[in-house]
Amino acid sequence: MTTARAIKQVDMRVLPEQFGRWFAARGWRPRAHQLELLAKAEQGKSVLLIAPTGAGKTLAGFLPSLVELTQRGSPDRNLKSTGRALTRSRGLHTLYISPLKALAVDIARNLETPVKEMNLPVRLETRTGDTPASKRQRQRRDPPDILLTTPEQLALLLATADAPFLFGTLRRVVLDELHSLVTSKRGDLLSLGLARLFKLAPQITSVGLSATVAEPDDLRRFLVPQPLDGEAMADLVIAESGAPPDVSMLDTQNHLPWAGHSARHALNEIYALIKQHKTALVFVNTRSQAEFLFQELWRNNDDNLAIALHHGSLDVAQRRRVEDAMAAGKLRAVVCTSSLDLGVDWGDVDLVINVGAPKGSSRLMQRIGRANHRLDEPSKAVLVPANRFEVLECQAALGAVAESAQDTPAARTGALDVLAQHVLGRACGEPFLADELFEEVKAAAPYGYLTRADLDATIDFVATGGYALKAYERFAKIRQGKDGRWRITHPRVAQRYRMNIGTIVEADMLKVRLVRSRRSGVHVPRGGRILGEVEEYFVETMSLGDTFAFAGEILKYEALVENEVYVSRSNDPDPKVPAYEGGKFPLSTYLAARVRKILAEPGAWRHLPEQVREWLEVQQWRSLLPPAGALLVETFPRAAKYYLVCYPFEGRLAHQTLGMLLTRRLERAKLRPLGFVANEYSLAVWGVGDIELRIKRGELSLDKLFDEDMLGDDLEAWLAESAMMKRTFRTCAIIAGLIERRFPGEEKSRRQLTISTDLVYDVLRKHQPDHLLLRAARSDAASGLLDIKRLGDMLSRIKGRIVHKALDHVSPLAVPALLEIGRETVYGEASDELLAEAAEQLVKEAMQ
Amino acid sequence: MTDVAVALPQDEGLSIAGVSLVGDCAGVLYWPAERALIVADLHFEKGSSYARRGILLPPYDTAATLARLTQLIVRYNPAAVIALGDSFHDRDGPARLGDSERDSLRALQAGRDWIWITGNHDPEPAENIGGTFGGALSIGALTFRHIPQGEPGEIAGHLHPVARVSHRGRAVSRRCFAADAHRLVMPAFGAYTGGLNIRDAAFADVFGTLLFTAHMLGDQRLHAFPARYCSAD
Repeated sequence: MTTARAIKQVDMRVLPEQFGRWFAARGWRPRAHQLELLAKAEQGKSVLLIAPTGAGKTLAGFLPSLVELTQRGSPDRNLKSTGRALTRSRGLHTLYISPLKALAVDIARNLETPVKEMNLPVRLETRTGDTPASKRQRQRRDPPDILLTTPEQLALLLATADAPFLFGTLRRVVLDELHSLVTSKRGDLLSLGLARLFKLAPQITSVGLSATVAEPDDLRRFLVPQPLDGEAMADLVIAESGAPPDVSMLDTQNHLPWAGHSARHALNEIYALIKQHKTALVFVNTRSQAEFLFQELWRNNDDNLAIALHHGSLDVAQRRRVEDAMAAGKLRAVVCTSSLDLGVDWGDVDLVINVGAPKGSSRLMQRIGRANHRLDEPSKAVLVPANRFEVLECQAALGAVAESAQDTPAARTGALDVLAQHVLGRACGEPFLADELFEEVKAAAPYGYLTRADLDATIDFVATGGYALKAYERFAKIRQGKDGRWRITHPRVAQRYRMNIGTIVEADMLKVRLVRSRRSGVHVPRGGRILGEVEEYFVETMSLGDTFAFAGEILKYEALVENEVYVSRSNDPDPKVPAYEGGKFPLSTYLAARVRKILAEPGAWRHLPEQVREWLEVQQWRSLLPPAGALLVETFPRAAKYYLVCYPFEGRLAHQTLGMLLTRRLERAKLRPLGFVANEYSLAVWGVGDIELRIKRGELSLDKLFDEDMLGDDLEAWLAESAMMKRTFRTCAIIAGLIERRFPGEEKSRRQLTISTDLVYDVLRKHQPDHLLLRAARSDAASGLLDIKRLGDMLSRIKGRIVHKALDHVSPLAVPALLEIGRETVYGEASDELLAEAAEQLVKEAMQ
Repeated sequence: MTDVAVALPQDEGLSIAGVSLVGDCAGVLYWPAERALIVADLHFEKGSSYARRGILLPPYDTAATLARLTQLIVRYNPAAVIALGDSFHDRDGPARLGDSERDSLRALQAGRDWIWITGNHDPEPAENIGGTFGGALSIGALTFRHIPQGEPGEIAGHLHPVARVSHRGRAVSRRCFAADAHRLVMPAFGAYTGGLNIRDAAFADVFGTLLFTAHMLGDQRLHAFPARYCSAD
């Protein structure tokens, strides 16, 4: 490995004079890593560049292509394809893939500058979902030198018959924000596309651009085809890092809340910070927090500071307006979610405020990096914890940032539903041999694990559904010809493939349309502008007339018309808290370990705010501190109920799963649990039975209660009815192409589609439990919504190391979880009891 | 987690046009006086119907639906079974029926009357599936037909009623019997059948008002809610 720092005296000769002059004219010097990427390109090497924001990463990625295209000389632009008669001059040279459509467009705009100023013979174009069909067709016939696009568009291009023609001339692939792409199913899809590109154009080299990650080798493997035995890696270039960031935790003068995520207590302090700086990015973790904070900041905005709102549910046009205003330096602050974690660079941000829990140290460092893109000056950031546990998490994060400790997720195991989509795409392109496809797919790093049996099962799934009962041979989507090659059975199959491409499956979303308020008896007026989208399940929890905060306004729910929620403006001072999710990441395992360590070492508390220190000291006195390597379980009675509170620090998702499984076991032990509530740090279960008494009598063992075997039968039984599992299955079914995103000519609404995937899940689970899609869904559940893997790791870590503390009343550490009862959804899927209770209550009301 | 579910009887007595019927939380209706079991919207072969259009749903729906129906027929041992239409998802459904499913169906029909009321999905009598066909059937005060017309004494299907109840911030959605004292709309029974919320205008057309009751299918029993109390989608 060579770092750019080690070759400071880099050979400037790799940079053609024309380029050198351009740099000089702008008062710039090419950075060492930019030159090193040029040198790697000359040697024909694939390379991963790790660089902080503001280090000229993008230019570094493109410089080799610009130089090469310039040296190749001017193409004869008079020769163009006329459709059938191809007189192509030189074809596509560089393919750039970005996770964000907007980023691709922005990069293209930025690249135009050097191209124009140096008068380079380079044509660059973008291709996104917004590109007009005529232009897309022309691009396939007469491709630009550089094409900037997204993973989905690449998949679409590969699934056409002319893919070999289009990509045959390709020299270089640039993958931007690779650290972000590889963590999701989009990364799986991209890895398969990349493997195909290496087959179509063996001469290509790849360039990955990434923020700092925990395991650069994972990304280096991703970038190059993996041999059947052993492994291959792209070269690594690490850019010089900038000045260390200046990060601090807000030392609030106000009372620190015990629970909640609003940071209401620190509003005046956040406002003061915004006022003191030129432009601030205010990051929060969820869309509802963004809406809340935005409302509250404006309520107190005596100076009329230009504060804007940005999150993924807002209408695209609205988001663009905010981004443009930001770029033009017209804003003092933007309250945003992870929607601005990536994307366009803004030079003028001089402060990042992170409200709430940082969740992970790498995530936090990337957010901090959004401030101040001049490398030599430190980025400035302030962490604002919203409650006491978050103070601990912020403290842990400060330590991690000081050490530059990374906790990006480990490399993914390629998902089978994505593979199914790719297999169909391959058949839509060129007919394929299973043997060849197997070799090609195995070259993609995430799919190195794949067995031939897996691939055959996937092909069988794509062809006829992969059912043990071979009922659908005559309806096959792909079929093997006499030549042994698989091809689609009808052009309609390719058409449908194109409509269902991609791995992003949104929850069913409803558009929010602003209308004028309805007067009684009058029909709701149509028209009005779209404010954005909300999850269908959020709307389901509302009744007509309810008010909620969205898109920076207080809105009244007027009507549901087809797939649109009609709303009007309201001035209700107490709108419903929008409980819709989005952007909820679990606390990283790494930060969790650091938090446990802080708790276990009272010596380290001197850095903590007074209020928090006192809280922990009382905990130490009344109960116990959670030991670093063990699990503290407290039991206590309260208001005629019995509580069990434990502190695994494994994140809300894993805790929810644990809560579901624990209540099942307590139910079986006749302890009659009534409910549970999970937060990032702890889990509280309560019920009618006295847990402590049963432990004392030796009738219940906590070791047995928390035994890993809960991940066996109990988990299976719960998965059968789990709504989250059904949601996971639905996503897999759509990605794999079993269910379509849209039903052409289908009369039923999307609402009914949701029901039917649940029904399909029930039937499939009973009749073919080892079906490919169930395997895919289980594998997703292990790391996704149910976080089973993390729960399993925790259960095995604390085996035989459970510390039980029987108390006669609630402990200080248990308060935050108990406060969330009633505020947070109490999880439980026993809907039958809910119905019975609702009916009972109705009867009571009627009889009064 | 409450004892309510256990303490109450399993089936619910319903009275339609003066006739006593039993609503079973499995989604069928039993008429004790006539020993008749009524089931609606079986939608056999819906999976293969979708497969014809390239959506390869698991081909186990007919078997799953038949297995549930078999359990109920064993339990009630009815003298007659009335299938209230849309028994097959499309006209070719009966022809696509698998051999083992066809045998199961035959076995269920042995020793009892089996009446196929025709529906909009299966408007024509079909061969090779046994039973007697009819557009509607009247017995005493009751009339059985597929599409509800709102007449007194009518037992119909077609609409796939589903009710939604919100309680403590959560909403539960279940199939249901929609009924007032004079008429009843059956829940759909088929494994892949979706539903239509009872607050949809189609139900107001049948009942005239919102003064009807949703008997939601619970795991152990029915849960009755006034339609007005239920929420729209």
